[in-house]
Amino acid sequence: MNRKIFRKAALAAALAAGVFAAQAPAYAWEPTKPVEFIVPAGTGGGADQMARFLQGVVAKHNLMKQPFVVVNKSGGAGAEGFLDVKNAKGEPHKVIITLSNLFTTPLATGVPFNWKDLTPVAMLALDEFVLWVNAEAPYKTAADYVNALKAGNAGQYKMAGTGSKQEDQIITVALEKTVGKKMTYVPFKGGGDVAVQLVGKHVDSTVNNPIEAIAHWRSGALRPLCVFDGKPMPYPTKVTATMSWQDIPTCKSAGLDVEYVMLRGIFMPAGVGQDVVDFYIDLFKKVRELPEWKKYTEDAAFNTTFMTGKDYVEWVTKAEATHRQLMQEAGFLAK
Amino acid sequence: MEDIGNLMQGFAVALTWKNLLFMLIGILLGVLIGVLPGLGGANGVAILLPLTFSMPPTSAIIMLSCIYWGALFGGAITSILFNIPGEPWSVATTFDGYPMAQQGRAGEAMTAAFTSSFIGAFVAVLVITFLAPLVAKFALKFGPAEYFAVQFLTFCSFIGMSREPPAKTIAAMMMGFALAAVGLDTVTGQLRMTFGHTELLQGFDFLIAVIGLFGLGEILLTMEEGLAFKGAKGRIDLNIVLETWKKLPRYWMTSLRGCLIGCWMGITPGGATPASFMSYGMARRMSKDRDSFGNGNIEGVIAPETAAHAAGTSALLPMLTLGIPGSPTAAVLLGGLLIWGLQPGPLLFVEKKEFVWGLIASMYLGNIVGLLIVLTTVPWWAAILRIPFSIIAPVIVVICAVGAYTVHHNMFDVVMMLVFGIVGYFFKKLRYPLAPLVLALVLGDMAETAFRQSMLLSGGTVGIFWSNGLVGSIMTLALVLLCWPLVSAGLDLWRKRLRAAESAADRTPEPAKAGKP
Amino acid sequence: MSDNAQGGTAAGGGGLATRWVELVVALLIVAGGAVVVTDSLRLGAKWGSDGPEAGYFPFLVGSALLLSGGWIVANVLWRWRKLASSVFVEWSALKPVLMMLLPSIAYVVLIKFIGLYVASAIFIGAFMVWRGKYGALPTASVALGVPVALFLLFEIWFLVPLPKGPLEHLIGY
Repeated sequence: MNRKIFRKAALAAALAAGVFAAQAPAYAWEPTKPVEFIVPAGTGGGADQMARFLQGVVAKHNLMKQPFVVVNKSGGAGAEGFLDVKNAKGEPHKVIITLSNLFTTPLATGVPFNWKDLTPVAMLALDEFVLWVNAEAPYKTAADYVNALKAGNAGQYKMAGTGSKQEDQIITVALEKTVGKKMTYVPFKGGGDVAVQLVGKHVDSTVNNPIEAIAHWRSGALRPLCVFDGKPMPYPTKVTATMSWQDIPTCKSAGLDVEYVMLRGIFMPAGVGQDVVDFYIDLFKKVRELPEWKKYTEDAAFNTTFMTGKDYVEWVTKAEATHRQLMQEAGFLAK
Repeated sequence: MEDIGNLMQGFAVALTWKNLLFMLIGILLGVLIGVLPGLGGANGVAILLPLTFSMPPTSAIIMLSCIYWGALFGGAITSILFNIPGEPWSVATTFDGYPMAQQGRAGEAMTAAFTSSFIGAFVAVLVITFLAPLVAKFALKFGPAEYFAVQFLTFCSFIGMSREPPAKTIAAMMMGFALAAVGLDTVTGQLRMTFGHTELLQGFDFLIAVIGLFGLGEILLTMEEGLAFKGAKGRIDLNIVLETWKKLPRYWMTSLRGCLIGCWMGITPGGATPASFMSYGMARRMSKDRDSFGNGNIEGVIAPETAAHAAGTSALLPMLTLGIPGSPTAAVLLGGLLIWGLQPGPLLFVEKKEFVWGLIASMYLGNIVGLLIVLTTVPWWAAILRIPFSIIAPVIVVICAVGAYTVHHNMFDVVMMLVFGIVGYFFKKLRYPLAPLVLALVLGDMAETAFRQSMLLSGGTVGIFWSNGLVGSIMTLALVLLCWPLVSAGLDLWRKRLRAAESAADRTPEPAKAGKP
Repeated sequence: MSDNAQGGTAAGGGGLATRWVELVVALLIVAGGAVVVTDSLRLGAKWGSDGPEAGYFPFLVGSALLLSGGWIVANVLWRWRKLASSVFVEWSALKPVLMMLLPSIAYVVLIKFIGLYVASAIFIGAFMVWRGKYGALPTASVALGVPVALFLLFEIWFLVPLPKGPLEHLIGY
């Protein structure tokens, strides 16, 4: 696949950048004051963690002369953060990390912003979604669960997820469509809460990200059924006594043809020069070479695809179209 | 007994001079963060989290959790001195702490607040040390219905018995609920009452309302009554600490109740702010001297501070054992654990013994160190009241503005803080009570979300609130408390009649009841 | 305690009539209730098949605002004559209140244009000279000391950006 080739190329580029970094090259542009790192979500969530991780490693390895300053702007499902960046046209000292709410929030609420109002910098990783059930539930495979759903009444099975009309509910609706049976979707504020609701058996299943549920999986409280991606996650290290992330089958192979990944990407305000964008791309390439990043992405079982420039824009354009279609089918678009 | 052995090992980890130094730095930073309104424990920990990546995880969590203890202590200071709650959970502390300061008893109020905080935290740490696995299982029983029941209980324990006109009490409370509803609705993802204004997307933050209503509103009232802080003549020496300590054992029942409420609310997790309100409400209800609450009753400081600190501390337990953050600060610490490569959850206690017990030991030590530090600063803080008003007033306005801004990094919030200040001035003079407004603003959104989540789960039937013993008993208790004013009024009337009959019978005068503070 | 406030109002002289203030505040509450009710009807205020809709609780809250506000209005009108002598705040006492409030409003407006730090220095300095009649040295030390301390604390130590203006841009922030 050309993704693999691309990855190799990126690796080479990053290595080269790493070599140059050691000689402290003069950049065409460098930040002259602290760089605001906007997180369009609350403190403690996945995006916030990643932003603070980046802030920490950039400072620790002295990759940038000025520090990152993390600012949470979570109002209106992240709209507050995106609007802030949209309105800061031409400001080179501001970056934003995205979740799927880059697409879902404007579509669901009608708040006027779009990724085209921003400058795409780089895709850092893609977050996976896994179908989880309580370990005491009788379903051993995704097929078991699908059969149970089919046999049950509409709305009998309960799915907990983060937020309303956002990624978790979109997956739920796609799942309902494939199975042909309605579920009851119950929105919660954070992924951690969702996982605990499943451990406490208040709901029947969740589509938590790996990092949100790994602790409960390892303790034997939850069971992963399948991953909503085209291929299994590439992490062969055993997480529990018997299973690794790699051992979780894809949902497609289990007869559930639903694929969904969430963008963890970086954007900037519109109207900044290419030299500015190049500086940040270079910065994130250096971060990707750090052992801390490797450990972090493996713990969270991220899909570590890295993209910049045209590839990134194409990916985002496609993702937006997919979201629009999924949300239209689900009836989630703002009236 | 294995726990005690582990704990001793933990002390060995925490008691290195380097870790003690981190503890000290953490506490001092925490107090500073707690004093500044808007900059809360959660922000403080989040801001400093990246700095700790180059430290060993145990030292890092010791320092960060000490920032948290410091913030818990520090929140009370501005509440008592200026009626500005430094942290959400110190709002209830203003109700009696500020009147005490006005009467020249600022030192006494602060000593009571710090000491109660310490007791609350200490009891919560004991719970964490010895009951962790048991309590963790209990927290899992909490689904949306149970959350709603707990919030309903908080609400019911606080309302009622207001001295203000009922129509105004209802109006103030409903304003709180209405403001809480502004913004994105969690359950349906719809925007409510934003009318196309992007500034309103984030809703009205409780802290901004409180900084305006209490802080700025109070400054305006003070201006009207003459250019000085009352209570400037209060004593400011360290003896006040010892004298207050002599009084405190009398209120052991209030403390105990605060500890129980706090631990319960921290573990379930209801949070420190609702815990402080619930504890204050219960203390007032159970008190023989109900009318003195709100006029400088020391119990009104002890109750919320004990509960807030107990809740804030025990909130770390579900975080460590389950990975559920019991408070926003715990949520940030949770993120920190993940970044350091530690996975919170049941296995943390098995795999990272040194880390967990080092942290627990640092909770004991951190709180002791914290108490010593804040108590020695009591006279300093009290001395602030002696600064002339024309210097301190603009500085307070500046701090209010900074506080309102840092909540969301938004200028609009600063403007809203001004508006709330004006509202606070008018409401206070027209006898609209502010406490129900604030409580409704804190609980409104959470309670509504939990209620509607429960309805989704039950398919729209209210029976879910009595579907098992746990949720049923909390709901029933809440309803009893809601109706309690009626019951107690009835009892009072009956008692009075009985007494009148008695005194008429043997003509002995009642021992003077009034006059006791 | 509140004796002071009452002592002040009893001291004679004209003032803002309580009944008008009461009436206006109550009418504002009624208006607020109307806004809440209108928007909740837009969202849907019924008890749907899976529980209350987004506007269900706001509708109840709005209605309660309308009712309680209306009750207060009726109450004020009922006691209109009786309230005639009651003064909300005397003009002489209102003056110091406005002297605090108006500069505060100006301060917030200033923040928007010249940033929080400079605005704070001007606000504190002006207030100290104007109200406290302080000399140049104490005024300058407080008026400059507070913003500098805030700057060190927020921008440099905690890395929390506060609103900044031209002066801060000049020194590279």
